[in-house]
Amino acid sequence: MTAYLLKRLIIAALTLVLASMVVFAVMEVLPGDPARLMLGLNASAEQVEALRNQMGLNAPLMLRYLHWVGGLLNLDFGRSYTYSVPVIDLVRERIAVSLPLALIALALSTIIAIPVGVFSASRQGRAGDTLAMGAAQLGVAVPNFWFALMLIYLFAVWLRLVPAGGFPGWGAGIWPALKSLILPAIALALPQAAILGRVARSALIEVLNEDYIRTARAKGLPYRAVLWRHALRNAMIPVLTILGLQFAFLLAGTIIIENVFYLPGLGRLIFQAITQRDLIVVESIVMLLVAAVILINLLVDFSYAIVDPRLRGRQ
Amino acid sequence: MTMRIDLPEETIAGVLAKALGNRSFLVGLIITLLIVAVALVSFVWTPYDVTKLVIADKTQPPSWAHWFGTDHFGRDILSMIMVGARNSIAVALVAVGIGMGIGVPLGAFAAARGGLADEALMRVNDLVFAFPALLSAIMITAIFGPGAVNAIIAIGIFNIPVFARVARAGALAIWPREFILAARAAGKGMTRITVEHILPNIATLLLVQGTIQFALGILAEAGLSYVGLGAQPPMPSWGRMLFDAQTRMVTAPWMAIFPGMAIVVTVLGLNLLGDGLADILDPKSRRRR
Repeated sequence: MTAYLLKRLIIAALTLVLASMVVFAVMEVLPGDPARLMLGLNASAEQVEALRNQMGLNAPLMLRYLHWVGGLLNLDFGRSYTYSVPVIDLVRERIAVSLPLALIALALSTIIAIPVGVFSASRQGRAGDTLAMGAAQLGVAVPNFWFALMLIYLFAVWLRLVPAGGFPGWGAGIWPALKSLILPAIALALPQAAILGRVARSALIEVLNEDYIRTARAKGLPYRAVLWRHALRNAMIPVLTILGLQFAFLLAGTIIIENVFYLPGLGRLIFQAITQRDLIVVESIVMLLVAAVILINLLVDFSYAIVDPRLRGRQ
Repeated sequence: MTMRIDLPEETIAGVLAKALGNRSFLVGLIITLLIVAVALVSFVWTPYDVTKLVIADKTQPPSWAHWFGTDHFGRDILSMIMVGARNSIAVALVAVGIGMGIGVPLGAFAAARGGLADEALMRVNDLVFAFPALLSAIMITAIFGPGAVNAIIAIGIFNIPVFARVARAGALAIWPREFILAARAAGKGMTRITVEHILPNIATLLLVQGTIQFALGILAEAGLSYVGLGAQPPMPSWGRMLFDAQTRMVTAPWMAIFPGMAIVVTVLGLNLLGDGLADILDPKSRRRR
């Protein structure tokens, strides 16, 4: 098992380094001079050149890359050109919206999907299964931002139960803050739950056809116990894979959903940064999200080993 | 000579009969053909001209004259959805083409060569997968500016590792077969075996994946257009229509409802088609059902 974990760890680290190079290279070729941007159009060429030197923009490519990576490792992402504050402060403030949103959505999606998957698998081919899988089929086809608009129309415009958008901040109390995250979380979660439910169902059905399930039934275990204890555990590998992918997708998905609900999260920040050409902010957020995705995939790989003892013996 | 091993004792007639008996496939096919037909019809006829702004008719609710209502410029929503279908289909189709065109040769090559080439491909795959599609799209549009073409590139790039992975996995399963051994004994090279024996045998896998990626491409395009990174006005696109609708949810909800339903129906149709195809073409999934 150590060999397996070590290999995954090395691959993750390698991917992270390559990804940082890609992000850095992309930002290098982008048009727009940050020094010029900070000083405005009226600055003289000498002033711009002086600031470029001061910002280290004239240093050799490799040096600037190492400097940037070194900064990232120390959580020093540099200063935003437009906000004139350290990027880390912006990120810290915004992540307090995006991360809870993604986590609530992930929890919601799992809470809905696993029971639906188990329900469907245990009634394979019957009316309940057909209905649930029909709903899932529909759920997969719904774009989350459109679903969000419909939710706003129903719950905020019509029923006036929750705010249509905006975020009061965690300082305003847990409940008002949570209340403005409910609709966005549902909008993110339901389409994901549809995918997860389908995966859970087909993984379970595959497992339920295995011999050891028949053995468990034959020794007199009730169906319910077999289903939840034996089958579900063995069906967890594909479910975990999808969960990992989904968390990555949810993090990216928040980018769009935050724009629907005017939530001050990382997604709003990255769009503002793009339009204002605040590249250091764009670069930092992209790198942060990519690192999160790589880390999650690594955790998923590790969790395989926990869920599936067979993997522990394998290289 | 190519060999088919996917459907051992099945004839074309047999597959057809199975297709006609598969509800998911039939419904999916009908919806997909309908959407394609609507997109094609929009080239020669739409109920109203989508390039003409009729301010007197702005934000009209659905009526006999305008089935799906009108937008804030007085344009007919139904006509815009018809024209928008072109954009969605074109973007998703080309993106799938990019993914297949580059991903399948890469995957097939990696499977044929194995070793270092294979390992390198899988690592590059990991790298691309680390960038959520939307994120890479944002980066690409940040470099080249927003537009339909850049949306295609962004979605297409994300499709490459998907097809590379499917092609590789499919090819790896075929290589140890006896008829491949026979082909090698006959002196055929790696490339020739791949083209003549491997590709025909993984074609059904690729077709199913292609349908899924097509549906995902339509969703991705809508998302990009919605945040302003896809097709630019005045070209009608479903995502853009939803963006315009967002600030008018209270006064003109139909502006959001119908373009969204167009996306849902299209994606649903493609997904049903993909599911049905997988059932018909893959003997294993039939048993599982």
